[in-house]
Amino acid sequence: MLRYTLTRLLSLAVSLAVASVVIFMAVEILPGDPATLMLGVNAQEDTLAALREQLGLNGSLWSRYLSWVGGMLTGDFGTSYTYRTPVAEMVGERLWISLPLAIYALTLSTLIAFPAGIWAASKRGSAADVGVMGVTQLGVAIPNFWFAMLMVVVFAINLRWFSAGGFPGWDKGFWLSMKSLTLPAIALALPQASILARVMRSSLLDTLSEDFVRTARAKGLSKRQALWRHALRNALIPVLTIIGLQFSFLLAGGIIIENVFYLPGLGRMIFQAVSARDLIVVESVVMLLVFAVIAVNFLVEISYALVDPRLRHGR
Amino acid sequence: MTDLRADHLPPSGAPVRLWGRALKSRSLVLGAALTLIFVLAALVSFLWTPFDVTGIDIANKIKGPSARNPLGTDHFGRDILSMIMVGARVSIAVAFVAVGIGMAFGVPLGLWAAARKGSLLDEVIMRGNDLVFAFPSLVIAILITAIFGPSAVNAIVAIGIFNIPVFARLTRSGALTLWQKDYVLAARVAGKGAARISVEHILPNVTNLLIVQGTIQFSLGILAEAGLSYVGLGAQPPTPSWGRMLAESQTMISFAPHMALFPGLAILLTVLGLNLMGDGLRDLFDPKLRGRS
Repeated sequence: MLRYTLTRLLSLAVSLAVASVVIFMAVEILPGDPATLMLGVNAQEDTLAALREQLGLNGSLWSRYLSWVGGMLTGDFGTSYTYRTPVAEMVGERLWISLPLAIYALTLSTLIAFPAGIWAASKRGSAADVGVMGVTQLGVAIPNFWFAMLMVVVFAINLRWFSAGGFPGWDKGFWLSMKSLTLPAIALALPQASILARVMRSSLLDTLSEDFVRTARAKGLSKRQALWRHALRNALIPVLTIIGLQFSFLLAGGIIIENVFYLPGLGRMIFQAVSARDLIVVESVVMLLVFAVIAVNFLVEISYALVDPRLRHGR
Repeated sequence: MTDLRADHLPPSGAPVRLWGRALKSRSLVLGAALTLIFVLAALVSFLWTPFDVTGIDIANKIKGPSARNPLGTDHFGRDILSMIMVGARVSIAVAFVAVGIGMAFGVPLGLWAAARKGSLLDEVIMRGNDLVFAFPSLVIAILITAIFGPSAVNAIVAIGIFNIPVFARLTRSGALTLWQKDYVLAARVAGKGAARISVEHILPNVTNLLIVQGTIQFSLGILAEAGLSYVGLGAQPPTPSWGRMLAESQTMISFAPHMALFPGLAILLTVLGLNLMGDGLRDLFDPKLRGRS
């Protein structure tokens, strides 16, 4: 387990290092001077010089990279050019919308996908199976932002059950805030639940055809007992992988849904930063999201070892 | 698994039977038909559309479906059917070229990694793939457009990059099983080099896998392009695109829902068609997998 964790940790560190270089270079290879790009061609020379100083553009490539990475390691993500506030502060505020939204969506997706996938697999070939697979086929194909718009028409404009967008703030009450995250969470969850249900079903079908399940049945367990006691646990590895990938997707993928519902989360922030060419924000938030994705994948790999004892003792 | 002729079908008359089975597969026929409708719509739009998509006709703005405009008009009085036809061009072109990029880089990398299995090169290629997978694709697409500016070409690059590891992994895993086959051994004994074996013996036998995955990546590309152009990072005005039509319809959704309905349906049906086609092709090429996922 220790060796497994250490190798994973090493690959986590390498991934992060390479990612930071790639992101840094991507912003570095900008055609022209970043300061001019951010301020526009008509900017005054002294404003440009001030921004260059602030961006640290006068140092060498190497020292700029080190100070950027060093800053992030100590929690200093730079200062937004357009808002003139520390990026760390802005991220901190907006994370309180994006993170709960991602968790909410992931919870919904898992709660829908597990029963649907297990049900379809246990009744393979039946009308229930065909029905579940048909619905998930639609769920995978539907663009989630369009689904979100349709839900706004039905539940916000016509039925008036939810508001069409915006976020009241957590200080206005937990349930009110959760309510305003409900439609966005459903929109985010639908395609993910469809994918997850399909993975759950096919993974379970694979496991159900294995010898140890037949042995369990021969031993006298009912089909249902064999499924719950033996097959399900073994079918979980691919499902866990997908859940891990989905969490990072939901965190990053919220950008479009946050736009549909005018939620002031990370996604909207990065999008506004792109429009305003606020590259300090873009660079740091992209790195932060990549970090989140890589870290989640790391946790998923560690959790394999908990599910599958073989990995704990080296393959 | 991939050598169709050898494993599943008698050598004589194999192509005929493949066609016969293809026409019997409901998901393949339905999927191919849906896909064909939108590809044809895109092609026809180069020659003819019911109305000019750049023509503004304020007198006819925001009209629901009618005999004159089967799918209604938008806030500038433009015909939505015509816009969907022209929008299909961008969606299909972006997704198609992005799949092309993924295959052009991913397939050679995968073949190369498989030919040198276990070597440092293999390790570097595979870890590189893992790294690209670790990046949240939408965020990188945004980074790319933030740096180079929003355009259809940058959307293609952004989507295409993430197709590379998909094809590299698939090709490598397919190729690895093929390298164990006797006919590859025979080719090696005959003195063929790894590169020649990869091209002459391995590549033709992973084509089926690549076609199936290509269809799926195509549909994902359509969804990604729609998302990017919805947030304004795809094709720029005045080129109509499905995603931007949806973005423009959003403020008018309470009184003109038809403006949001039809472009969304176009995306849904195209993606659904490609997915069904992919499923159908997979079953066709590898009947053992039928009904699995």
